[in-house]
Amino acid sequence: MNEKEYNEYVEKRAKKSPVLKNCIFAFLIGGGICTLGQAFFHLYTFLGLEETDSRTVVAITLIFIAALLTGFGIFDNIAKIAGAGTLVPITGFANAITSQAIDTKSEGFILGVGAKIFTIAGPVILYGTFTGVIYGIIYYFCNLIWG
Amino acid sequence: MKNGILKFKRKPKIISSYSVVGHMEKSGPLGELFDEYSNDDKFGKNSWEKAESEMQKRAFSGALNKSGLIDTEIDVLLAGDLLNQCVGSNYGLSCFDVGYLGLYGACSTCSEGLLIGASLYSGGVVDSCAVVTSSHYCSSERQFRFPLEYGGQRTPTAQWTTTGAGAFILKDEGNVEISEGMIGKIIDKGISDINNMGAAMAPAAIDTIKRYFLESEHSPEFFDLIITGDLGYEGSEILKDLLLKDGIDIRNNHIDCGLMLFDRKAQDVHAGGSGCGCSAIVMASDIIPRLASGELKSVLFLGTGALMSPVSLFQGGTIPAIAHLVRLSSLNSHN
Repeated sequence: MNEKEYNEYVEKRAKKSPVLKNCIFAFLIGGGICTLGQAFFHLYTFLGLEETDSRTVVAITLIFIAALLTGFGIFDNIAKIAGAGTLVPITGFANAITSQAIDTKSEGFILGVGAKIFTIAGPVILYGTFTGVIYGIIYYFCNLIWG
Repeated sequence: MKNGILKFKRKPKIISSYSVVGHMEKSGPLGELFDEYSNDDKFGKNSWEKAESEMQKRAFSGALNKSGLIDTEIDVLLAGDLLNQCVGSNYGLSCFDVGYLGLYGACSTCSEGLLIGASLYSGGVVDSCAVVTSSHYCSSERQFRFPLEYGGQRTPTAQWTTTGAGAFILKDEGNVEISEGMIGKIIDKGISDINNMGAAMAPAAIDTIKRYFLESEHSPEFFDLIITGDLGYEGSEILKDLLLKDGIDIRNNHIDCGLMLFDRKAQDVHAGGSGCGCSAIVMASDIIPRLASGELKSVLFLGTGALMSPVSLFQGGTIPAIAHLVRLSSLNSHN
């Protein structure tokens, strides 16, 4: 059996992840997180915050909750079931940073936490910023031509 | 011998074995058999790497105590683990006054150690030796995958790194002897999925088993057990299936340490256990005692290792694997 045949053989027999079940849980738990965010939004506007400020505080609240649950060792147990449901919202980003900070604490605050905190979240920050720049340039020229 | 069976003229005996495990392993099907465990997976230390070193220290001390020997009576200590530069062994065993050779064979390190130890003993280079190997779920996750608290999903073929250390003392008296060995070859069948290491390692085990039976006077049925280190469910099924296609049937006497160690349904370990500690603790606390009592007469033990690093995988590399074999026989004729 050559390499190609072996890889096909392995691929064929490997049990696949339960995609439908994962999607349903991701939808329900991810949707739940978004609903929670919306509830906070209503709460903050009810308490007198401006809509734009309220949105920012909602993001901060969700990040805080995700970081706290990560610290208590609860987040990964939820994420194991939720998958993309916890990964895609801002909670996933918060978890990626907090979990890395906890892990690298043993190497000190400079070379451990400081140097490695964005190891997992780094690509999101880099390419998020990069995409923002590209979008900005396109937007600028569109405005010049059609604005 | 050319790529063949190492037939030890002077056969070392495993005079004692000892295991130290974490809480997951303790609550598994073999839990009662282990010599020592800790509910605290940090073993009283402030980092996972130091915890792994502590396990090695306790495992070697335990094996020495059982054998009635002290460290200076051991001619050479062969040890390894999964961490970069084998720091689990280097730091854990630095307090002992004994010549030390560090090994890296990934999860095959236990059988690699026994094989080298038996070779040195057989050649008369040493009169006693010790083998210690370990792995820790938390230190391995950090090094090879993601931070511990990272919220991700594992695929069904992924394996769970064992938290445990096993130690063996080889000398001249005892009921369990190492009679043969076979050095594994590096086999790479192009698998690159770190979450399917069973599939990456199975071809290495197949290669070693096929070479062994090509030369051995015995057939697979002769052995009470053919034990693989940590192929898990996926790798074990591939091993049995592909060997059968080559006319070697091990379906009735094959077991895998990674499958024995955990209850896959209850313990959420997906395809089973893995790591240098996996086969070491199962051999130390289950198989060796059964050989010593005469319940088992003759077994083949193949430690299976995946020899990649995170860097090699990020660079698009595949997973080379290896499987070293040792044949263990019981000298107890009472049973």
